[in-house]
Amino acid sequence: MTATFPPPRRLTPKAWLICLKGIVWRESLRFLHQRERFVSALVRPLVWLFIFAAGFRQVLGISIIPPYDTYILYDVYITPGLMAMIQLFNGMQSSLSMVYDREMGNMRVLLLSPFPRWFLLFGKLIAGTFVSVLQVYAYLAIAWFWDIRPPPLGYLTVLPALILVGLMLGALGMLLSSLIRQLENFAGVMNFVIFPMFFASSALYPLWRVREGSPWLYLVCQFNPFTHAVELIRFALYGQLNGLALAVTAGCASLFMLAAIIAYDPSRGLMALRGAPGARA
Amino acid sequence: MTPALEIRHVSHSYGPRKALDDVGFTVAPGAFSVLLGLNGAGKSTLFSLITRLFALQQGSISLFGRDLSHHPGAALAQLGVVFQARTLDLDLSLAQNFYYHAALHGIGKAEATARAKELLAAVELSDRANDKARDLSGGQMRRVEIARALLHRPRLLVLDEPTVGLDIGARAGILRLVRGLIASEGMSVLWATHLTDEVDSGDDVVVLHKGVLRAAGALVDLLAQTGASDVKSAFLALTAEPSPGIAA
Repeated sequence: MTATFPPPRRLTPKAWLICLKGIVWRESLRFLHQRERFVSALVRPLVWLFIFAAGFRQVLGISIIPPYDTYILYDVYITPGLMAMIQLFNGMQSSLSMVYDREMGNMRVLLLSPFPRWFLLFGKLIAGTFVSVLQVYAYLAIAWFWDIRPPPLGYLTVLPALILVGLMLGALGMLLSSLIRQLENFAGVMNFVIFPMFFASSALYPLWRVREGSPWLYLVCQFNPFTHAVELIRFALYGQLNGLALAVTAGCASLFMLAAIIAYDPSRGLMALRGAPGARA
Repeated sequence: MTPALEIRHVSHSYGPRKALDDVGFTVAPGAFSVLLGLNGAGKSTLFSLITRLFALQQGSISLFGRDLSHHPGAALAQLGVVFQARTLDLDLSLAQNFYYHAALHGIGKAEATARAKELLAAVELSDRANDKARDLSGGQMRRVEIARALLHRPRLLVLDEPTVGLDIGARAGILRLVRGLIASEGMSVLWATHLTDEVDSGDDVVVLHKGVLRAAGALVDLLAQTGASDVKSAFLALTAEPSPGIAA
């Protein structure tokens, strides 16, 4: 028997929006289901703020450096770094989710969609960024009670910076997920990506201090995109724009996204090059 | 008439190992085609190529006349897939799994809700719509996956060993369910299996062995071709070593 079928559904702008909403909805739901993930995402920076920063407050004095117009406490200095840290961990968490999805087979459901693969991956990226921005604002709300109080307008001006940084770190996570074959290999990401990116940056100490201690490390920090992500957030939180940080962050976000799309392309990507069952999305 | 699925000269290698060698066959519109092959025959590789999880290295694949490499979106929109491995999101309810699948096909919530209700009723799981997928048995999960694959009204349903790991009762139930749904929805089916008892007298059969197509056509023709009295004997004759030399 041959039935009469309607013509294939046209991918109207509304359909694209429905698809994007669906991906964001699913990621948000997953995040809500994993309460431990939300708690740990908040506890991590708060431990740094409440314990590490409190301990170092008297040891590390911060001179007047842009965007600050006065002397600041160390707690205030590391807040943008901790905001970026939340997004860094979230980006890697998203990467972990993608590896998990690939192992569990859920990724196939996504990749079977008739929408272009770049759009599906971009949707995942938007979803991860959305979740990370929520986490950052939750952190800022708690930090307010710890006297971390940027200008009220800063809460708004920092939003575009958070979105861009979220996209950059999410795209990096996505790219890494295409390189990781199994969930067990993910610990390497902690050692070789998260820790070096975070510590070799301006998140914990201003770069002029790093330069005094080690010119070589200063150079590494300058080339670390995470440094520019932190600075973009730092300036935006005080209603200012750091042009170099914006350019580097936007450039790296585009580069990582492009690389991730290529990596997930069945005809060109690393997944295809590997062949064999482990490569299957 | 344009075939539902047309596979032409498809070859695929994993490094030096050839998984598929110049495979070609068609699935006619409205046909129930069984892809028979032992483990390692290349069935899963072929599925990964049809579903575009792997890129074609050689040859071409068309769905209803649309080349998968050149028009992937239009081709995938007409394809429903049930993989051998479970692909339900275990943390989501059945209804949420359906909404997510619908969204990935650009289908809004109202239409998805109505269609999910209809399909869950068809697989006799209406009362489990709000249960988490992880709370279902293996057979129930498979039924949900089949229902979900039909949500966007595909014209071709491909299933990769959908009865693996199920007990005899669940296996029979799944097979009955798909044949029933096919009859009501009128679509074409490519059903991969290594179990000859899943072949019905009116089916088309494609026999794949070690990446090489050994036969393709209606079951009656296959039986006549091999001189066998049943599917199992025909399949064993076609996959015996050395090759019996029966061409497609």
